[in-house]
Amino acid sequence: MSDLTKLTLAGARDALRKGETTSVELTETHLKAIEGAGALNAFVHHTPEIALEQAKAADARIAAGDAPDMCGLPIGIKDLFCTKGVPSQAASAILEGFKPEYESTVSQNLFDAGAVMLGKLNMDEFAMGSSNETSVYGNVVNPWRRSGDEADLTPGGSSGGSASAVAADLCLAATGTDTGGSIRQPAAFTGITGIKPTYGRCSRWGTIAFASSLDQAGPMTKDVRDAAIMLEAMCSFDAKDSTSANLPVPNFEAMLTGDIKGKTIGIPKEYRMDGMPDEIEQLWADGTAMMKEAGAKVVDISLPHTKYALPAYYVIAPAEASSNLARYDGVRYGHRAKLDAGDGITEMYEKTRAEGFGPEVQRRVMIGTYVLSAGFYDAYYNRARRVRALIKKDFDDVFATGVDAILTPATPSAAFGLGEMKDADPVQMYLNDVFTVTVNLAGLPGIAVPAGVDANGLPLALQLIGKPWEEGDLLNTAYALEQSAGFVAKPSKWW
Amino acid sequence: MSIDEQTAARVAKLARIKVEPEALPALAQEFTNILGFIEQLNEVDVEGIEPMTSVTPQRLYRRSDVVTDGDQQEKILKNAPDAREGFFAVPKVVE
Repeated sequence: MSDLTKLTLAGARDALRKGETTSVELTETHLKAIEGAGALNAFVHHTPEIALEQAKAADARIAAGDAPDMCGLPIGIKDLFCTKGVPSQAASAILEGFKPEYESTVSQNLFDAGAVMLGKLNMDEFAMGSSNETSVYGNVVNPWRRSGDEADLTPGGSSGGSASAVAADLCLAATGTDTGGSIRQPAAFTGITGIKPTYGRCSRWGTIAFASSLDQAGPMTKDVRDAAIMLEAMCSFDAKDSTSANLPVPNFEAMLTGDIKGKTIGIPKEYRMDGMPDEIEQLWADGTAMMKEAGAKVVDISLPHTKYALPAYYVIAPAEASSNLARYDGVRYGHRAKLDAGDGITEMYEKTRAEGFGPEVQRRVMIGTYVLSAGFYDAYYNRARRVRALIKKDFDDVFATGVDAILTPATPSAAFGLGEMKDADPVQMYLNDVFTVTVNLAGLPGIAVPAGVDANGLPLALQLIGKPWEEGDLLNTAYALEQSAGFVAKPSKWW
Repeated sequence: MSIDEQTAARVAKLARIKVEPEALPALAQEFTNILGFIEQLNEVDVEGIEPMTSVTPQRLYRRSDVVTDGDQQEKILKNAPDAREGFFAVPKVVE
């Protein structure tokens, strides 16, 4: 077959079933592509032995005629997922050398379905960041460049390694996680598809925790069909995660008809931000027109508390992070600082955490500590949780009027240059998540679909937000949008 | 609200992160900026609204109260920076 790295998950699955290629051949081709893509810094732990072993097992399973959809398909796993015996350090120095003795539920589900792990993917440290510049492994580089310009661009974050690897055809798909937009924003910056399912669809067990009430895993893929295939394999009810949903997981791919006649799509007026680039405004208007042409009814809606989502997020997420990251104490795993004579256990904690956490993680842990401290708990943390209830109510009210999905831009801009935000206030960086973070606060499913390019030739995406547990319907609406938008651009290979 | 150096130092202590004294002014300024951003929340009328504890109305799943695993001492200690005689080893805690 011609270039196997250009295949989608669906295309590779069909080729495997027809005997046109083997999982071993697919895997070897991708391992070679990864070897030649060091400049992107997407894969940070390579697992070729595991990959080839899994590929051989998958080929045997396919030959036996009883192979699930993901069987034999080579993918990358974000470093946030604990993978047994393989370094899993959330791109942090504090987990240096950590090799889990267990497998995360999501990666186990994928392996049970026959997926092949090529390696672990770079990310922002503890998933805290929007540009993949906070990683202990160094920056990830976006395979896309502005036309006529060789400046390195960010792939977005925190799932920047996943986004870069899928966009550059280093793996057929990758796992991501999304706490405030960490699947959808990097997907948008790299011209790929990324879905965050409803909170509770994917088990959080074995995924290194950032903010437990917001964290959800999801797939990052080349198109919507692949997102449907991989999401189904990742989801499950899991007794090891008390917030896991005990609901049947539908066959999402079977729900992709592309027919959205009679569906109602809401356009929220609060997402029209001051200073939004014309190109984003135009993309959104084009997307709205596409939905109409496809037969959907388009209505203007209001989500009045949108403006307060980011500030609420920057109380709740750091608060949960400060609690979750208390476990990194230099005792049970990872890094422990070298101690001076006379240092006691407090010095050990303080030095270990100062050395092990990068500046953004330290900042968020301390902000979280502050908003939870005596005297501020009500003023900050409880107030933010009350605002969160209002943000969720905004969505509940809109869905109660018969809206099936909400269409918004995915990001306020195209990918920006690495280092460009270096001197900016941290709050400026946080604004990247302005369109995505509401979805995490409300626990809803959201998907980023590439829909156009800007004047520099960089990809731009739209976001669709769905009703709880209706990922199938959401994916079908995204499928219709994908077909209308007809986005086919790929980055030209320079690495 | 403006965060002073003393507050920044107290927060660093509570978070068990060593911050050198010369880094405190910049840290205090960052906290001030971020908290200034967060203070927009004071504009919202939250009267009578319960703080959200869960985005889904479902009850947390409870498994049966039985022993499901254990006897994994070796695995648990495997990643420890310092483990001795079946225990995690730490600097002296009690004088």
